Amino acid sequence: MRVFRDAGHLFRLAGLFAVGTLSFFIIRAFLVPRSFGEYGHYRGAAISEIAAHPIRFAGHQTCETCHTDVAQTKNSGKHAQVNCEACHGPLAKHADDPSIDPGKPDTAVLCVRCHAASAAKPKGFPQVDADQHSNGLPCQTCHQPHNPAIAAGGAK
Amino acid sequence: MPGVEGFMYPNEVSLYWSVLIVLYPFITGLVAGAFILASLARIFRVEAVKPTYRLALLTALAFLIVAPLPLQLHLGHPERSYEMYLTPHRSSAMAMFGFVYLWYLMAVLVVEIWLDFRADIVALSQSTTGWRRWMYLAMTLGSANVSPRALAIDERVGWLVTLIGVPSAFLLHGYVGFIFGSIKANPWWSSPLMPVVFIFSAMVSGIAAVMLLYMATTRLRRKLIDMRCVDTIAMYLFYIFIIDFSLEMLDLIHRIYEADESFRSLDFMVHTRLYFSQIVLQIFIGTLTPLVLLFLTQVMKLHEVVRKRIYAVAGSLALIGIFAMRWNVVIGGQLFSKSFLGYTTYKMALATREGLLVAIALTLLPLLILAVLVKILPPWPDAEHASIREAV
Repeated sequence: MRVFRDAGHLFRLAGLFAVGTLSFFIIRAFLVPRSFGEYGHYRGAAISEIAAHPIRFAGHQTCETCHTDVAQTKNSGKHAQVNCEACHGPLAKHADDPSIDPGKPDTAVLCVRCHAASAAKPKGFPQVDADQHSNGLPCQTCHQPHNPAIAAGGAK
Repeated sequence: MPGVEGFMYPNEVSLYWSVLIVLYPFITGLVAGAFILASLARIFRVEAVKPTYRLALLTALAFLIVAPLPLQLHLGHPERSYEMYLTPHRSSAMAMFGFVYLWYLMAVLVVEIWLDFRADIVALSQSTTGWRRWMYLAMTLGSANVSPRALAIDERVGWLVTLIGVPSAFLLHGYVGFIFGSIKANPWWSSPLMPVVFIFSAMVSGIAAVMLLYMATTRLRRKLIDMRCVDTIAMYLFYIFIIDFSLEMLDLIHRIYEADESFRSLDFMVHTRLYFSQIVLQIFIGTLTPLVLLFLTQVMKLHEVVRKRIYAVAGSLALIGIFAMRWNVVIGGQLFSKSFLGYTTYKMALATREGLLVAIALTLLPLLILAVLVKILPPWPDAEHASIREAV
């Protein structure tokens, strides 16, 4: 078979491709995690791994069991729907061991995260240009963060 | 906020896609264009461009090797990018591109180069010594059969590979246009014409690049430039440039006539922030000037020296124009707000992972790779190199 002899190099090339393709599938079998595709286009085991992470948030019900006075103030004002840890950060460690002091957030930085003026926010939402509004003073000089209306108390 | 004018949504202020993402379609375009020039010689049997055939193939390979690097540098976790091959998502255009890229690199370009250079590889494996001999021996895949019948089979198979390669080249660069054209949230990009415009601009840049490389390398080697060859390349460059420019104008006229809700915002952007890169650099300097220069070479009887200079200038300007086009697409598409009420600014970094210095290095890297490739596989059409093949 002359054709086979003269095209021998092409068969070698085809063989090289076949070896390459086969190697790809062998390597793939080793590298793709076994649980991949179990529930969707991701590693199924990732769900249990993430679930095993320690809980960082205590939840507002836990906060309110001790801080009943603060909860009352908050629930009577505009921030009633804002969760404690939205401003104070995750506090599961503090809830487990109250001797761990979580520290107080800096209101000069914290409040403008939501209340900095932006044309994209609804008109009725309280928003300020912090430099002009407070001249650099922390917000809690005038506003009580748990119930921010001036009439509700001001500085605490 | 510095650099911001009017209203921008918070996630629109800084650009996500930098100069490297400009470089990426530019480099991929050069690959597709260079390959299409090579296919002119092989499929369409344009004998005049034959002296550039092998150089065009090696140029395509050099640029194709570098093409994914800008993307790798852009990624937060480049070490995970191979996972795209292991677990590709069928709804991801990027994942599918990985396979188009691999197909084009391994099944088209490398095979075609191997088939075309096989006789040279066998000859070099016999005439060289030391590690070079081992390298060439490995490249022969253990077969030294360069009988006329074997070479005739190579020729036929090579022709078939090129035939498959032309739509593959279109697919490779059409995909890059598709990536932008399919982003329906961005009116600057979202257009079904995008892949077509990208393919034709790719052909312009690739043909111009190979023409310049051929002229430069021939000069460096102190050989005579084959004027019949560069005249023919310039003619094809001129015609394809006209089609490319017409398509871009068609897109522009369509946008102006349609004048949808984004039009005023985009029109303002073209007249302000993109004025230099789009109107001056892309249209006047990078498109109309080379078109006029190439037109002159087609209608006037000019001296050889003048023609060579015109081709060098027109080719360089065409490359600048196509790069500006990529810039205007990638950067321009991120400068305006989806609210159509504001504009931001792109400030290119200098010495960062996605900065200017890296972009310059990535532009020069393919030329360095090409220099190595031509050392390993000399593509020159001269008699002394042809004699190597005949000696076998």
